[in-house]
Amino acid sequence: MLVLVLLKTGRALLTVLLCVTFVFVVLRLSGDPAETLLPDNTPPATVDEYRARWGLDRPLPEQYVLYLAAVAHGDFGRSFGDNRDALEVVLERVPATLLLGGATFVLALAIGIPLGIVAAIRRNTAVDRAVMGFAVFGFSTPNFFLGILLILLFTMQLRWLPSSGSETWQHMVMPVFTLGTASAGTLARFTRTAMLEVMGQPFLRTARGKGATEAIAIRRHALPNAAIPVVTVIGFQLGGLIGGALVTETVFAWPGVGRLLVAAVSGRDLAVVQAIVLLVAATMVTANYLVDLAYGLLDPRIRDARR
Amino acid sequence: MSVTILPATLPGTRRRAPIPPVILFAIAWIALMVLVAILADLIAPTHYATQNLRARLQAPVLWGGTWAYPLGTDAIGRDMLSRLIYGIRFSIMIAVIGTLIGAVLGTLLGILAAWRRGLVEEAIMMMVDVQAALPFVILALAVLAFFGNSFVLFVIIVGLDGWERYARLARGLVLSAQESGYAVAIRTLGASPLRIYGGHILPNIASALVVQMTLNFPGTILLETSLSFLGLGIQPPLTSLGLLLGSGRALLLNAWWIAVLPGVVIFLTTLSMSLFGDWLRDRLDPTLADP
Repeated sequence: MLVLVLLKTGRALLTVLLCVTFVFVVLRLSGDPAETLLPDNTPPATVDEYRARWGLDRPLPEQYVLYLAAVAHGDFGRSFGDNRDALEVVLERVPATLLLGGATFVLALAIGIPLGIVAAIRRNTAVDRAVMGFAVFGFSTPNFFLGILLILLFTMQLRWLPSSGSETWQHMVMPVFTLGTASAGTLARFTRTAMLEVMGQPFLRTARGKGATEAIAIRRHALPNAAIPVVTVIGFQLGGLIGGALVTETVFAWPGVGRLLVAAVSGRDLAVVQAIVLLVAATMVTANYLVDLAYGLLDPRIRDARR
Repeated sequence: MSVTILPATLPGTRRRAPIPPVILFAIAWIALMVLVAILADLIAPTHYATQNLRARLQAPVLWGGTWAYPLGTDAIGRDMLSRLIYGIRFSIMIAVIGTLIGAVLGTLLGILAAWRRGLVEEAIMMMVDVQAALPFVILALAVLAFFGNSFVLFVIIVGLDGWERYARLARGLVLSAQESGYAVAIRTLGASPLRIYGGHILPNIASALVVQMTLNFPGTILLETSLSFLGLGIQPPLTSLGLLLGSGRALLLNAWWIAVLPGVVIFLTTLSMSLFGDWLRDRLDPTLADP
């Protein structure tokens, strides 16, 4: 287990380093960072100071090291919008996104996984077909279209729910539904496939043969073995949620990081874009790292593997 | 050696399950979309930018509109049917070009990794891992923010989505294919790598790659339409289904059709392609099918 943890930690750190390098390369290719990362009205003295601090007059390898140091200190430049520290601007949007993403994630798990299990147990029945229909519908409907349909129905026709803002729990209903449908559908589908694969295995026949009831066979033997592919998909879902949050937050005027990123890209507020990209990369790498470690906990065979 | 009695069917007349009606509908819808995209200039009643300020925000014909504008008009009196037809053309065109870019690049890198092994393989697979760890849309937005938006750059970025899946798939397939009898035989005969990989291995792994393309296609359409919807993709005066939908957002109260019509088209297209891709995968490779 220790070897596994060390290997995975090294890999995660390397991935973050590669992402930072990617941003560094893109930033240098697109022009003078002092001009792109500082607001237009910055006094020349500040620009010079900035150049000196980032060492923009020195050779590229040295600049690269200085850039790594700046990023490590959380220095991503200043936001054009209100001339504040870019990281600060991003961080104050994080709670709203965490609230929306967290609620969606929990709901998607709570709906998707049980649906997948039920569909697998009731394979080829009307229940199975209904669940799979929901799943295909879920991941084929674009977020922005689903959001707009919900607004048309629940805000404009029925006048039940507010279409924008984040003050009360009612504000959360439509964004969470919009963001979560695709994840719940994907999870249901994967859980079903994973369960069906496990249910055909000899060890389950053995369990039944020893007189285990169907409920025990499924709970004690099928579910733990189906967990691994499902955990993998949960890891992937996080990426989908982050992408979906861009659109969902914009449609419902939710004051989170996704909406900030869309605004920053439109306004070419590059310091903010840079901060968000690296923050998302770090989050994703951490999530994948945790998923990798979860494998080790779930499956003793992986615990001992070298890779 | 015992004699096996073969069933009385000839090769090629093997009985196959009939195509389910849903799949037939999906294929028909995809065919319709491709036809509309190709024939846009012939079938659109007007150019997508033609305005008629006297006929602003007209409802579709079934909701009290007139046959002059069967699907209604937008805020500056442009015919929605024509805009929809050209939106389909641009969105389908970008998705097709994008899918090809990702498939070609990813497949080449995958083959390269399997052929050269060693450091080349490590480097390529490292890139694949990094890509898989980052939501592509964030990367796409970063590049668009730093370099500014242009049509060509946008199409290339949309195309790069999913390259890592082709790379991973192609590498795995080539690794096993290059050890199989026919590949070893032709290598022993002294064939060049181009001939081995391009002429013999690629045709043998193509079907799995084609299935991957159909499975990737809906994601590519969604990426393009999402970015265009956010105003960060296709820029006016060009049009796309996502851009159309985005332009209807502010007018939901007065003119729901501007947002809903392109939304329905996007939904049906991604749905059809997902269903078709799943069906194709199950049919070509029964081992991947749900048991």
